[in-house]
Amino acid sequence: MKKQKNKLAGLQKRKAIAGYCFISPFIIGFLAFMVKPLFQSLHMSFSEVSLGSGNFSLALNGIENFKYAFRVDPEYTRLLVEELGRMVVYSLAIIVFSFFVALILNQKFKGRALVRAIFFLPVILSSGVILGLETNNQLMATLAAQIEDSTGGVSITAALEEILRTSGVGVRAFEKVFEVIDNIYDVAIASGIQIIIFLSGLQTISSSMYEAADIEGCTKWESLWKITFPMISSMFLVNWIYTVVDFCMRSDNAVIEKIQSVMIDQMQYGRASAMSWVYFVVILAFIGISSYLISKEVYYYD
Amino acid sequence: MTKAKNIDKLGFWERNKRSGGYLLRKKIIEIGVSVCRFILLFGMCFLILQPILNKISVSFMTEQDLYNPIVTNIPEHFTTANYKMASDVMSYPTALVNSIIISLTIAVLQIAVCTLVGYGFARFKFPLKKMWFACVILVILIPPQTIVSSLYLHFRFFDILGILNLITGQTINLRGSKLPYYLMSATCMGLKNGLYIYMIRQFFRNIPEDMEEAAYVDGCGMLRTFLRIMLPQSKPILSSCFLFAFVWQWTDGFYSKMFLGTTPLVSTSLARIVDSLGAYIQRISGIKTTISVAYSNCILSTGTLMIILPLIIIYLFAQRAFVESISATGIKM
Repeated sequence: MKKQKNKLAGLQKRKAIAGYCFISPFIIGFLAFMVKPLFQSLHMSFSEVSLGSGNFSLALNGIENFKYAFRVDPEYTRLLVEELGRMVVYSLAIIVFSFFVALILNQKFKGRALVRAIFFLPVILSSGVILGLETNNQLMATLAAQIEDSTGGVSITAALEEILRTSGVGVRAFEKVFEVIDNIYDVAIASGIQIIIFLSGLQTISSSMYEAADIEGCTKWESLWKITFPMISSMFLVNWIYTVVDFCMRSDNAVIEKIQSVMIDQMQYGRASAMSWVYFVVILAFIGISSYLISKEVYYYD
Repeated sequence: MTKAKNIDKLGFWERNKRSGGYLLRKKIIEIGVSVCRFILLFGMCFLILQPILNKISVSFMTEQDLYNPIVTNIPEHFTTANYKMASDVMSYPTALVNSIIISLTIAVLQIAVCTLVGYGFARFKFPLKKMWFACVILVILIPPQTIVSSLYLHFRFFDILGILNLITGQTINLRGSKLPYYLMSATCMGLKNGLYIYMIRQFFRNIPEDMEEAAYVDGCGMLRTFLRIMLPQSKPILSSCFLFAFVWQWTDGFYSKMFLGTTPLVSTSLARIVDSLGAYIQRISGIKTTISVAYSNCILSTGTLMIILPLIIIYLFAQRAFVESISATGIKM
């Protein structure tokens, strides 16, 4: 009996060692290229960095860099606040849009695979450098404007905007919505993966639930709120985190551009580190708080 | 049974009459919904495809057409000169070969390592497992820009635990060499590697453990079980992760600029195309000229098209692998 127990412990031990062997590349990389630079950049953010030939030196100067970022630098605070505001608005818009599209794509119709492929296309095509280049291509903007003009100048959205503006209800909130609608292209190209995640969630809901609800006299609208929402609420959490992270790391993000210009053009490593740490902590706090709030609402079926 | 057959034989209106108008109403709603759906989806698909279509039409225009307000979609003077110009400015053939080599090797390396790590997380129990997995999540969450300044210096004055400094009294400058990026890829710290680990782990967790246990009972070692039994099953997720790694590496500007700055790649040369265009024209004509915004944007669009063309071809063939991989992982928190 005792011997057997020993053997079991041996197998578990062997498995544990094998497990560590499998993940060892990650551990090495994490310690060497993540933890060390992370601490170093934290150190740098509290010090004055001077580059010499063959080496660089750090001299602690307290919170001087943070003071610079918030009080001296003319742009940083403004960019940070703006970028966070944009992030909240756009992430919400992306979640709503992708949920809506996933609902449509979950129905059966001809050419569904084609539409799904088209919606996923931006994940491939609008990544990395191409995204940044697309935003400042003036020729394309003028072309789009020309096409818009040539359609006869009747724009439903513009007319709706006009009506809602003159009615004067909640103008500030409407302004944000109008901004999102005008930039619907940005929303659409950023929601490829989210659509697929929602779709895979929708497909796991068994149709018998809807049938039962239908027989009991439940309308489509009610079953959307009472069945679909609770069943895929965990997907909302996944998508929210993915969207926020994706938005923060986009290469056309104004804060990141600012940090890069401070670091590479002005060679101010200490200040750049301080700025990026502030950015990172703010985002981490935001993700933490928002996902805690969402996860309280998440319903787990099993 | 006979009743059902009888109903099938009846005409539409007769059946409608029997159901008290319910059938007609349902049919009308169905048609209305599908018309609305078609309009919505058509609009949204057009929204996504329109920039690409526009780029295609612009790329065949001469400079004259760009200024002609009547010409919008179909070029009046059809030309392929833009492609030649963009190709010259970006030194496209070299950049293409470089990009293919680097994206392929990096993607293979990253996916090979991420598979090992993902399998380790999915199947083995070991102390501190939760802590390490939290680290994977952290890697996904930390913007690489946070650590970039110190990574920059890290590789500028590269040293392995201070050993080199002891021996030679100097550190190596690894800036401009490709080695740092390969090192990072081999240790799961490349572009979006945390995400690949997560996806692969999810996939392995969904495979039943019976086969492996049978293999263990038959005396198969852990590594051999992994290679012989698990790898063949995981082809779909590996191929799609590989495609993602390839594509994202192809278009990546951040890591390429940081670590591969001296190697001409399609992504970095596209980012510089407008500046290089000026220098190129100046070199050829010998006089300092300013290039019009329209023309430089036209070349930019052409360059963008040339870069995404290989990706579109890949996507056409492997569309299923891309789209279904995410469903296959069954992402759940």
